[in-house]
Amino acid sequence: MADAFIYDHVRTPRGRGKPDGSLHEVSTLGLATTALKALRLRNHLDTDIVDDVVLGCVDPVGEAGGDIARAAALTAGYGDKVPGVQINRFCASGLDAVNFAAAQIMSGQHDMAIGGGVESMSRVGIGASGGAWPVDPAIAIPSYFMPQGISADLIATKYGFSRHDVDAYAVESQKRAAAAWEAGRFNNAVMPVKDINGLTILARDEHMRPGTDMQSLAALKASFVTMAEQGGFNAVALQAHPEIERLEHVHHAGNSSGIVDGAAAVLIGNAQAGKAAGLKPRARIRAFANIGSEPAMMLTGPVDVTRKVLKRAGMNMSDIDLFEVNEAFAAVVLRYLQAFDLDAAKVNVNGGAIALGHPLGATGAMLLGTAVDELERSGKSTALVTLCIGAGMGTATIIERV
Amino acid sequence: MELVNFRFDLDTDGIATLTWDMPGRSMNVITEQVMDELERMLERVASDAAIKGCVIISGKDSFSGGADLGMLEASSRRYAEMAALQGEDIAMQAFFDGTRRLTLLYRRLETSGKPWVAAIDGTCLGGAFELSLACHYRIVSDNAKTRVGLPEIKVGLFPGAGGTQRVARLMPTGDALQMLFKGEQLRVQAAKAMNLIHEIAPKDELLARAKAWIAAGNKGIAPWDDPKFKAPSGRVFSPAGMMVWPAANAIYRRETMDNYPAAKAILHAVYEGLQLPMDLALRVESRWFAHILRSKEARAMIRSLFVSMGELNKGARRPQAEPVAKIGKVGIIGAGFMGASIGYVAALNNIDVVLIDRNMEAAEKGKAHSHKLMSGQIAKGRAKTADRDALLARILPGDDYALLADCDLVIEAVFEDRNVKAQTIQKAEAAMKPGVIFASNTSTLPITSLAKNFSRQEDFVGIHFFSPVERMMLVEVIKGRNTGDRALATALDFVRAIKKTPIVVNDSRGFYANRCVLNYVREGHLMFAEGVPPAMIENVARMAGMPVGPLSLNDEVALDLAWKILQATKADLGADAVDPAQEQLLDALVNRHGRLGRKNGKGFYDYPEKGQKRLWEGLADLQLNKVDPDSLDIEEMKQRFLVTQAIEAARTFEEGVVIDPREADVGSILGFGFAPFTGGTLSYIDGMGAAEFVLLCERLTRKFGPRFTPGEELIGMAKAGETFYGRFMQKKDAA
Repeated sequence: MADAFIYDHVRTPRGRGKPDGSLHEVSTLGLATTALKALRLRNHLDTDIVDDVVLGCVDPVGEAGGDIARAAALTAGYGDKVPGVQINRFCASGLDAVNFAAAQIMSGQHDMAIGGGVESMSRVGIGASGGAWPVDPAIAIPSYFMPQGISADLIATKYGFSRHDVDAYAVESQKRAAAAWEAGRFNNAVMPVKDINGLTILARDEHMRPGTDMQSLAALKASFVTMAEQGGFNAVALQAHPEIERLEHVHHAGNSSGIVDGAAAVLIGNAQAGKAAGLKPRARIRAFANIGSEPAMMLTGPVDVTRKVLKRAGMNMSDIDLFEVNEAFAAVVLRYLQAFDLDAAKVNVNGGAIALGHPLGATGAMLLGTAVDELERSGKSTALVTLCIGAGMGTATIIERV
Repeated sequence: MELVNFRFDLDTDGIATLTWDMPGRSMNVITEQVMDELERMLERVASDAAIKGCVIISGKDSFSGGADLGMLEASSRRYAEMAALQGEDIAMQAFFDGTRRLTLLYRRLETSGKPWVAAIDGTCLGGAFELSLACHYRIVSDNAKTRVGLPEIKVGLFPGAGGTQRVARLMPTGDALQMLFKGEQLRVQAAKAMNLIHEIAPKDELLARAKAWIAAGNKGIAPWDDPKFKAPSGRVFSPAGMMVWPAANAIYRRETMDNYPAAKAILHAVYEGLQLPMDLALRVESRWFAHILRSKEARAMIRSLFVSMGELNKGARRPQAEPVAKIGKVGIIGAGFMGASIGYVAALNNIDVVLIDRNMEAAEKGKAHSHKLMSGQIAKGRAKTADRDALLARILPGDDYALLADCDLVIEAVFEDRNVKAQTIQKAEAAMKPGVIFASNTSTLPITSLAKNFSRQEDFVGIHFFSPVERMMLVEVIKGRNTGDRALATALDFVRAIKKTPIVVNDSRGFYANRCVLNYVREGHLMFAEGVPPAMIENVARMAGMPVGPLSLNDEVALDLAWKILQATKADLGADAVDPAQEQLLDALVNRHGRLGRKNGKGFYDYPEKGQKRLWEGLADLQLNKVDPDSLDIEEMKQRFLVTQAIEAARTFEEGVVIDPREADVGSILGFGFAPFTGGTLSYIDGMGAAEFVLLCERLTRKFGPRFTPGEELIGMAKAGETFYGRFMQKKDAA
């Protein structure tokens, strides 16, 4: 089996995913193009050697529909020969795109490929692609469908995370993200989004609120109280987990991932192709895994998939130096720390989606890139990247520095 | 063309009237023959160029109650016969085709090209209301008794003759689902506001206005057959749809615990149907209808909640030789909560009431209870001040037993104490007219022993009401050893007069219902002692289909009462008759912590002045063991709750306390809310089969103790492959 190496990665800054966000004027195609183009230019890539572009996108409809990956490869100047495919595994799509590209390399069928993702949440909108899962009784009922925030509240209730716990986590995420920007830790990865005249539209993540403290978060009302009560979801939660007397709603905008726009791309290839192109490998993809987890709690998949991928890699938790666990909601990470009795200092050291935002289809590739940069910066060896996923799944990837 | 069930008239304007008036029946129902005739007449209307359109109206004082449930049962029988002879596939196709005949007939009517108008007076329900929904115009009388609706869901079915599709095209999706889920019988104004009917008219103008609508040249095209039609909530996959469907699926689960396939079928049929043109939508609805019709739940619910309940209400267990007792005035002794409530219900049904207590003040207080209940009804718009005045005028409070002299029935509802009861009975007998029946509303004391205080023991009977009387539909009529037929008949006649459903049980400790309920509560206590989280005990019990969790229920009836019953059982039957774990728990709660239940605001739950009850935090300290909830088998917990009640019901059957499975089933649903989708305690056993039930009991016995040991009768039934209903029907046939 061929080794899949990570040669480079880039991402756009994350724009606030609202009409007043800086990237609202930029199309989904424009975001994806920015990332792909930057990757091509700074690696002086002869794109003829790129066998595929795999992009994650969670709501691939409207301007994001109809295989955005092929469109973006063309507009990014990759030439006619480079194909593209868009995939969707909800919030892990970006990491899965990297894994799919890596799998193409590992299988020996491709030599060089790009994995990445894109999401314009401000333009397409979360949930715009519909889908059977929340709507069709045939799946919504047996899978105990709940909006994800309510599942996150269920995790907090079941595993005993109080409002104080989740808010404290959020404050820490903001602090770490601000410090990371301050120290220039994202500088190598983040490619400004520019207009046709070369004017910068956005160069930095704009969702962050570095001044966040416990007091400011305490002022926020839990987001899902009314929806859970009137929409019947409290009852769904209790039927899935009857050991709970009452769902405690602790999540709000300040301790949940931010809605943002953005794109990312990761260049992956085998040793030969990299050498031929004059590229230096930055990390090796050691193992990856996917798993289905309990659909009602929905967001505990990272725990299950971590066990699975470690087993696959023949590793233990102690072999991993660094973790990126997507901060979909604070309770997701707190549960992860609790389940593995893990030192919080090893996890999301440069902040996460609570501070920086979660551009659904792109986040996985962004987390992977952050892990590569942090391994290089800190001189550590191994990292595990994982995301929770709608309908109860988990994806994880283990990388090691070379 | 000979018509049996309809009359067909054609007026000089070319407008036909089809008058539905079935011979020998008080109410029209949809039968195979009705379908045959309707089909013929609609083809005639469609094909005769001289006929402009047709009005369908009833010749009776109601429109129709809908389809004959017997017809549906016959389809299932035919399926079984055909499956045996020709195989499942052919039988299923025939069943599907047969059960959607009404759908196709209504659709043919709707698309026949001629306008059809339904003119409705009185009851118009189920399949009959679906007929009207297929008509192009619906005029309904303003008669106060007129009700329209689709109540199929109440017997485990759903409106399968186009009802789900047409309602979902007349109303916004959320409202349509709610209407179909609730199965309410709607008053005319409500139906109009919901867009289910077009016009309200005085009864005697119905026909003329219906004809006028046709004469005005209105077309026979349903709104949804217009190519430009848009459903009220638009497309399923739209922002509006995303607001409705996830919540609808969740609310279904909240309301049913996913135990009622017919309610789920409504969701499926509407979700899938709204994405299809009408003919395909109807076909999908038919697929779900055939599926539900054959479900265990529908069959059990039809039998218990429709057939059996109807039979019991009509006096299935009444000694037929006894003349009907005329009860113009009832004497009630004891104006406490129970007595006052019985008085209220009697007065509500136009029976005069004498309400006696130790002093005038207590008696007046009992009467005031009726004032309070009626005022509540007035506040809800369900009664008028005049109704309250009239009802209160029928209740005479007093402290003198001489008032019993002209009563036609006397019921005591005094304190549950043997001596108090004995004195009351003796005093009453001295004041009563000779020959008048005396009833005790005791819930705990054997009737046979109480009857010893009455010189005419054959005239002494138990009438056991459930609290709150005005809401609980069940009454246990208890036959003591010496209770005579006249006393039994009188008790049943009284229960019928107050519009409750009676079951007749033989004398036994706890009679029938309370024996099952005590087991249910005990199972909750024992789970608690095992270390199951209390919230899980409560939630899983409700998921099993019970209306309230065992700990809540115990709080409602009072923990000290549970403690007292336990002590009494011990005293009467010995220490082995009670479970030490249960006794320790109640001892700790009642005697150590002073937690008596809701009445003192402290039970398993805390009852704050404001807000919802919460499980008491101190419960954790009473659980020596704690079980990891993720390790528990939820299905098994559900089974424990239902089996402990069903096995007690089987014991009462074996002991001859209950002798008719219909009574065990109906009594369990009405009396203590036993998982209605099962059809009741004995249907639960029949539904899984005695052999499987016995296996389940044996497994539970091994794991949880001998309280799950099946009796000889059940084991015999398991071996012989028999059912309670099969056995009972044989006995009935033999008699």
